[in-house]
Order: sequence, then structure tokens, then C-alpha cells
Amino acid sequence: MEKVLLKNIDNPNSADVEEYLKIGGYRNLSSALSRSPKEILEEIKKSGLRGRGGAGFPTAMKWNFAVADPKFPKYLICNADEGEPGTFKDRPILERNPHLLIEGMVISGYALGSEHGHIYLRGEYPAARDILDAAIDQAYKKKYLGDDILGKGIKFHLSVHQGAGAYICGEETALIESIEGKKGQPRTKPPFPVNVGAWDMPTIVNNVETLSNVPYIIEIGGEAYSHIGSSDCPGPKLFSVSGCVNKPGVYELPMGTTLRDIIYEYAGGVRSGSQLKAVIPGGISTPVLPANSIDCAMDFVSMPKAGSMLGSGAVIVMDESVCMVKVAYRALKFFEHESCGKCVPCREGTDWLRKVLERVETGKGKVGDIELLSDVAGIMSGRTFCPLGDGAAGVVLGMIKHFRNEFEEHIKNKECKLRTVS
Amino acid sequence: MFNDTILKEIEGIRSKYPDHKSALLPALYIAQREFGWLSEEAMLSVSKALNMPAALVRGTASFYSMFRHKPMGRNLIQLCTNVSCMILGAERLVDLLQSRYGLLPNETTQDGRFSLVIMECIGACGTAPAMLVNTDFHDNLTEKSIEEVLENYK
Repeated sequence: MEKVLLKNIDNPNSADVEEYLKIGGYRNLSSALSRSPKEILEEIKKSGLRGRGGAGFPTAMKWNFAVADPKFPKYLICNADEGEPGTFKDRPILERNPHLLIEGMVISGYALGSEHGHIYLRGEYPAARDILDAAIDQAYKKKYLGDDILGKGIKFHLSVHQGAGAYICGEETALIESIEGKKGQPRTKPPFPVNVGAWDMPTIVNNVETLSNVPYIIEIGGEAYSHIGSSDCPGPKLFSVSGCVNKPGVYELPMGTTLRDIIYEYAGGVRSGSQLKAVIPGGISTPVLPANSIDCAMDFVSMPKAGSMLGSGAVIVMDESVCMVKVAYRALKFFEHESCGKCVPCREGTDWLRKVLERVETGKGKVGDIELLSDVAGIMSGRTFCPLGDGAAGVVLGMIKHFRNEFEEHIKNKECKLRTVS
Repeated sequence: MFNDTILKEIEGIRSKYPDHKSALLPALYIAQREFGWLSEEAMLSVSKALNMPAALVRGTASFYSMFRHKPMGRNLIQLCTNVSCMILGAERLVDLLQSRYGLLPNETTQDGRFSLVIMECIGACGTAPAMLVNTDFHDNLTEKSIEEVLENYK
């Protein structure tokens, strides 16, 4: 498949506007501006594009809600708070292909009737900050941004807002709180951001990868785009592959590529001399799958049927040397650290799950701890304010479901036999 | 308190947002850059520059893990130990920092050369284990290479 999102990234100067123009950059913006916003919305609808941040919400539906709201100004926010552990797919776009994202945002802003864009960038990407700032500067000089884009009297302004190390700010309402200068704690929905978002105005929050698909949809048309990959969630998809594989990295493949192909065809298979044990398919918040469950299509519709989720498409591969109890413990340490503290089930639940997992992993587990973990996780499920707590519970329940014997061994033998291996 | 140049910089940031409170995170970053960490004086400077209650500034600052609430060493090591880094040996690197430099998480070496913060994923999972030193990424670390890298930070 022709690369769309990672096009030209092997060129060391790919972030420069001149290099982007050489490969046809900003041509799709020019063609989009010669059509009506309504026509652009129609193309996005036909394309079947779904949000790449993890939820897979139909982009056109989100956009139409915002367009239908009569309030102005409307804000377009790019969620570049890529914080889901295992995920590093937006980083190559931000660092190597920033003009693709900018072009996508200007086209989207035009379709949405928004003249104000912000890129909410995670604090842990300092290089991306400088690269984006430089790219935005170039785009202003070339009139792809500003008060008179390409001489057509269309306005769109864009700036970067840097986060400061809070995973929860990847949740769109927490992100909005954060950009307003507050603690990043999720808001009650409804009202949804498309109606009452940043500074109480209609706000569209889309992931980096989602917005970066927009120029290509304009280029080939929504209809042609809808035939790429899985029919019910089409398009190219970026997969971040990490862990015990020979060729970790970001792979751009059609949506619906199987997990097996991603690991063995593209990422070079499991590192030599070892066997696959488990895969976390969509970032740390998605339930683990055992080695015999990897013949599933990686898309938003198929993965829930396989017992997990596509999430951000962050595939973490684990071989036999990896202790599942330890992975669960490390994951819960993360969730406990990142819980915003707003709701009881998440605040208390992640704390309890981490404590119990810590004692099991360190050989101090008690008989009944597996039931305690299941009980706490079960109570959390579906009762937390936002998906963070739900994800944490799902991780524990998935680990116990597929690797219960490892938990039992830890409790019985009072040690982790793999502790020194990894 | 901030000098006029810094106040002008903050003023410029304020103008990018419809509400002045939105400049809080950027202003805290500036305060951290200027003071090295978010001391009481640093946060009061932000409070004054943005005309926001000090309690609001402190409350927000304490929520985000990249804001520092005590003085840091000359070089800040931000080492990831989340799952992708952990399964490829990040914990051995934490142990090495302790044995080689006497450096513990959330602490600073006695000579003020390094501070260590354990990170929750820095988006370098494909080149794990990884760390940021100040604003530089260092990937595919081993116990040998981490020492070589750190030699460049005095």
C-alpha cells in the first residue's frame, strides 16, 4: 500500500515546507478551498473515517454535531497528547510530517467553520514542539495559515499548547480543562464538547492521525478511501509495535490487518530463541490476548469480538520471559499514578489493585487475592467517570482470565520465578 | 518576580487564547525555566503576571507531573519504566543509576549533576528502553550505553 501518513518520512528534511511541497503538499488544501465546506463534510462522511485516538467514533458524525450548533467561534483542537503506554505512532507525524497535520487541520477548520486551531502536545515531546512551531511559522509565511489563506479570504490560526505530563489529558474533556488552565479532570457529559467545549464554545477534538487522513480523503475522494482496509472502519492505520519483536517500530498498514501479520510479517516476529506468550494489542489500557488469539483483524469492530480493543493500535509483544503479574502490576502503578482523583471507583480502585498486585508480585500475596482483585476490578467496571478506571479494571480482569495460573503460582510459591529473567 | 521581558513573553502567549487563564500552563513552564523549579516565588510570579489567585496556580501546578516542586540537578534524567521499556530491561538501568551515581528516583546526586524522574511512557517504545536527558531523547539503552550517554552531561 502507498504510504499516506508516513509518506516521505525517510527524507531527513521532510518537516520542511519546501520538501512537503515537492511531494504535492498543500495541493489538497487548494482543491478543498475551491469546494464548499458542505462538500468537504460529505467527502468525510463517505470516507467512513473513524477517530484514531482510541474510541473509533465516526469523524463525520462528530463534525456534523459541531457544524449544526449555531454558536461561534468554533474551536478545532488536535489531540497530540499521545500518552497511552506503548503508543508512539503520532510522533513520526509530529516530528517528520508536521505539514501534513497542518494541512489536515486547515481543511478541517474550513469544513467546520472554525478559524481557531490548537495542537495540544504532550510535554514529553520537546523536539516535536520546536518542529511544529517552525512548521506553523512556515505555513503562515506561505499563507496556508492566517487571515487570507491562499488569497481566498479564509481564516485559520493555529498554535501549539504544551501539556505537562498528565495521561488523563488525552481524554477530550480533560484536555479542554487543561487548555483552559485547570487541572485535567474530565467533565460531565452531556453537554458534549461539540456543543460546549473549550471556553464554552463548540469544540472538535480530533487525534493527530485522524486529522492527518483528511488531505488524502480530499485527494482520492471519500468513496475510494472507504475501500481501503476494513469496510466498517476503513483507511490506513498506524500501528506502534514494541516489546519482544525483531523489528519494533511504527507501521502504516490497512485497517484490519491481522495481529499475526503485524507481528510476524511486518515487525519481524518474536525475538530469536523465544516463543510468543501474550500481546497487548491496543496500548496498555486494552485487555491482553494470549498467543493463540492473534488471528484477529485489527480494527474497531473486530477487536471487541476477539476480547480486546483496537485502542491506539499500540501492539506490545511479550515472550515467555515476561511475567504477566509483573506487567499487570506495572500497568496498575501507571493507572494509579495517572488517576485524576475525581471519582471514587478509579481513585480508590487503582490504589487497591496496585497494592494487591504489588504484594502478589513480590511474593507476599495471600490466598484470596485473585478473588479480591477480580472483585475490586469488577466493581470498578462501568462505574468510573471516564475510561481510565474502566481500562485499569479491564487490564486486571484480562490478565486473570488468561494467566490465572501465574497469579496462583506467585501466591503459592511466594515468589516470581521470572523475576530475574527479564 | 518576572522582569519586563518575561512579562512581555507571557503577554504574547495570553493573546493566543480567548481567556487569560489558558496561559497558565505556558506561564508555569516559563517560571520553571526561569527559576529552575516552581518555588513559592515562581508560582507567586505567575499568579501576579496572570492576575490569578495563587491557590489556583498552586493547585494546577501540583496536578501535572512535569512541573518540579523542588530544585533539580543540572541535568534531568527522565527514564521510562513503563511496560515496553520494563520488559526490555529498564529496571536494570534504574539499578545502575543507583549503583553508579548513587541516584535514586525523585532525587538529585550530591554534586547536583543529575536528577532522576521515572516516567510513565515517553513515546519511545519502539526504541526501548529509553530516556530523555533534559530535552534530548536517548534510545535502545543498555547498562553500558547509558553510562556513555551520561558522560556527555556534566
